[in-house]
Amino acid sequence: MPETQTTLLDARAMRRTLKRMADQIVEFSNGTDDLVIVGIQRRGVPLASRIVKLIQAQEEAEVPSGALDITLYRDDLQTVGPRPVVGRTELPGDITGKRVVIVDDVLYTGRTVRAALDELADFGRPSRIALAVLVDRGGRELPIHADITGTTIQVQPNEHVDVLVEELDGKDAVIIARKSE
Amino acid sequence: MSGSLGKDLLGLAKLSADQIRLVLDTAVPFREISERKIKKVPTLRGATIVNLFFEPSTRTRISFEFAEKRLSADTVNVASSGSSVTKGETLVDTARNLEAMRIDMVVIRHGASGAAQFLAERIESCVVNAGDGTHEHPTQGLLDMLTLRDHFGTLEGLRVCICGDVLHSRVARSNIWGLTKMGAEVAVCGPPSLLPNAVHDLGVKVFHRIEQAIEWAQALNILRLQLERMQAGYIPSLREYNRVFGVTRQRLDRAPQDILILHPGPMNRGVEIDSDVADGPHSVILNQVTNGIAVRMAVLYLLAGGRPELAEAAKEGSA
Amino acid sequence: MTTVVLRGGRLLDPGTGLDETGDLLIRDGRIEHAGHRLERIDDAEEIDCTGKLVTPGFIDVHCHLREPGREDVETIETGARAAAAGGFTAVCAMPNTQPVTDNQAAVGFVQRQGQRASASRVYPIGAISVGQKGEKLAEFGEMIGAGAVAVSDDGRPVMSAHLMRTALEYALTFGVPVIDHCEELTLAEGGAMNEGIVSARLGLKGIPDEAEEIMVIRDILLARRTRGHVHLAHMSTKGSVELIRWGKERGINVTAEVCPHHLSLTEDEVEHYDTNAKMNPPLRTAEDVEALQQAVKDGTIDLVATDHAPHHYDEKEREFADAPNGIIGLETALSVVATWLVKPGIISWPTLVEKMAVQPARLFKLPGGTLARGTVGDVTVIDPDREWVVDAASFRTKGRNTPYQGRTLHAKAVCTVVGGRVVFTENSAAHGR
Repeated sequence: MPETQTTLLDARAMRRTLKRMADQIVEFSNGTDDLVIVGIQRRGVPLASRIVKLIQAQEEAEVPSGALDITLYRDDLQTVGPRPVVGRTELPGDITGKRVVIVDDVLYTGRTVRAALDELADFGRPSRIALAVLVDRGGRELPIHADITGTTIQVQPNEHVDVLVEELDGKDAVIIARKSE
Repeated sequence: MSGSLGKDLLGLAKLSADQIRLVLDTAVPFREISERKIKKVPTLRGATIVNLFFEPSTRTRISFEFAEKRLSADTVNVASSGSSVTKGETLVDTARNLEAMRIDMVVIRHGASGAAQFLAERIESCVVNAGDGTHEHPTQGLLDMLTLRDHFGTLEGLRVCICGDVLHSRVARSNIWGLTKMGAEVAVCGPPSLLPNAVHDLGVKVFHRIEQAIEWAQALNILRLQLERMQAGYIPSLREYNRVFGVTRQRLDRAPQDILILHPGPMNRGVEIDSDVADGPHSVILNQVTNGIAVRMAVLYLLAGGRPELAEAAKEGSA
Repeated sequence: MTTVVLRGGRLLDPGTGLDETGDLLIRDGRIEHAGHRLERIDDAEEIDCTGKLVTPGFIDVHCHLREPGREDVETIETGARAAAAGGFTAVCAMPNTQPVTDNQAAVGFVQRQGQRASASRVYPIGAISVGQKGEKLAEFGEMIGAGAVAVSDDGRPVMSAHLMRTALEYALTFGVPVIDHCEELTLAEGGAMNEGIVSARLGLKGIPDEAEEIMVIRDILLARRTRGHVHLAHMSTKGSVELIRWGKERGINVTAEVCPHHLSLTEDEVEHYDTNAKMNPPLRTAEDVEALQQAVKDGTIDLVATDHAPHHYDEKEREFADAPNGIIGLETALSVVATWLVKPGIISWPTLVEKMAVQPARLFKLPGGTLARGTVGDVTVIDPDREWVVDAASFRTKGRNTPYQGRTLHAKAVCTVVGGRVVFTENSAAHGR
């Protein structure tokens, strides 16, 4: 099916947005004490890692970071089918009492975040969990909101939002793809 | 299709290299879960799994049980003994009863080769073969391969020798099918009375002296020698077996390179393997145990994992 | 006076060399004429055999009718009817019943049950040893007096060479064959299929060729020593064929039989642990099948017998190693041999008839086996061009354990006449009429 694409954020815009998010995260958390940044597999992970570097450049503080794969916590396992490998989950030490910020590329129904919250609960009891997403495309099915948002967009039912990252896709961009009939 | 294991895991002979790779790759993240404080994920919550063991086995059963519980499944252990004839209820009836109880998966260990397939053909639930007669023990083969891959980085071209009673060993068979499929070079070592007569048609090298195997191999998978074999006249005595075929420190010291030591357990220390080898620096026997749970979790997850036709639809949405 | 005329078929009697289209006349249970067309005969039952083969009645010298003891699985009556449906005018019933048929009363029982069945003739075979235990000779004389036509411990081998020798010598008194089931038990112990690459892969204990061949050569040597007649049951290996050839070349009185399944199927049938492919001796390799086919052709193998062995569905519906050995065969034998040997041109129809009718009668000294004037009116009518699909559920035997289920076979018996009486015809509601 042919697709038409619109670029929502080009590479420069995306990097600018990430910088703003990094600052907002630090502001939201009142500094970098006890701050832990956790990226959700797959694209949340490189984004989290960039945010950590941006925070380090700005605040001169090294914020611990980790990765979370939520495949095993999904509520729709039956429809996942023969999904390839479950990704890496690795958290920097005990998260109990920490201020955790979850980072993901796109916030849509909210189910991924719900799964992430369940999974984090099995690791410990953070003092606070916040959510930072690059794109909020609306369409929530659960009462989940992002605390830090890069950009908000309304999309049509036949459109979907793709975030491309240099580390995995060779370039940075946020694309809206539309399937034409 | 490369992504799916199908309804059952009955053996490695019929799996493709892609499928084997899928299981091994999936097992890696599952290993991490066993390192967590809360060693549980909700993935198979609500699933009912029956461990149907017709042969006594502590370690395999416990390993499966941990795998099931760590996936949050409900498990039931049924221990039975003997064949359909001696124990009063036929395997067919057992199968039908389980199905009537709407079990999601059955893990079966049985003394008759073909029993897992027999069960799988008669019930809708997923069937995992935990060892059928002398036919196959696929999860053991998989965990052995994972252990080897962890150490060597790849299975391609790896020289692995399986030592001992290959004739009566389902572990040997699963290893042979799995390793050859993944491109390893496989050899067997033992007296001809403990090797299948048709062994040369199985695609493996054959050694009759342990020294030759040690000279050649990068890894040895040492099988347990059972007392019954001696009583049935396949070898004269366990003492002689150790003297002639035992993997000992002295023999290993003469090897041209360090050899990785595997053993499916339980070990007969002093018979097929000496203690200083089993407990030595090149032994990965305990890694095998750890990998066992991870591999079994991966297998259960992949078998339970749903319908491919819905996967496409799901891919569009939820983030 | 009852008269039956079989009209217009190809009359095939390898014993006399008869091979022509014509009519066969049976009067009062005996063949009166086999040859040129006859005029209309009053009060005669007419059977149109156009396009069919008309041959001496087929005789199966090796089947298991399970009565007494396992009537749940087959009775002499159901077995005799199954035989008739398969084109057999006579069968010999093996004595491994429960209790074993090892005395004159038991033999007489089987004899009478056979007569009451009113289908194929049933000739009892008596045991070689009491209880088939392989220790003490059974009373050959008494059993033969009561109707036994041979002796055998089949089901089991005669493990003791001394007992086999004595049996061969003693049987000479009465001129009956001693049939041996050749299996060296210590080699075959626990085996469930042929020993080879398939058994290695499936993890099933195998029965090596040598388990059969060791006993084959033993029996041949004992036959040489005693000058007795040893008949080797269900041969299955190439090696056995070579040994039999060796024996015959030296004029030793050894005869041998092969079963249709060993002429057609190999160990590959076991691939999915299908218990309908489990029997003893087991299915072997393609090389063995070929050697046996050639042996049928060149006469090293004297005759084809079925080793019909019905088992209960529940007993076969089991783990492979636990399932009993044996498959049914009476209603597929003729067609299997025709499909695998006649159709591809390995043997001709006259050779098949020789192996399944002429030789059995001759070697076991049974009535029939020819269409010569004065012979008992036992006749088999075959449609050589018929194609049919095997559906065991429609068979007359109680057993359903066949590896040919669902397969298409060629040729079929369409009418069986015993003593001038039709005991089977297709499309008949009532058996025998």
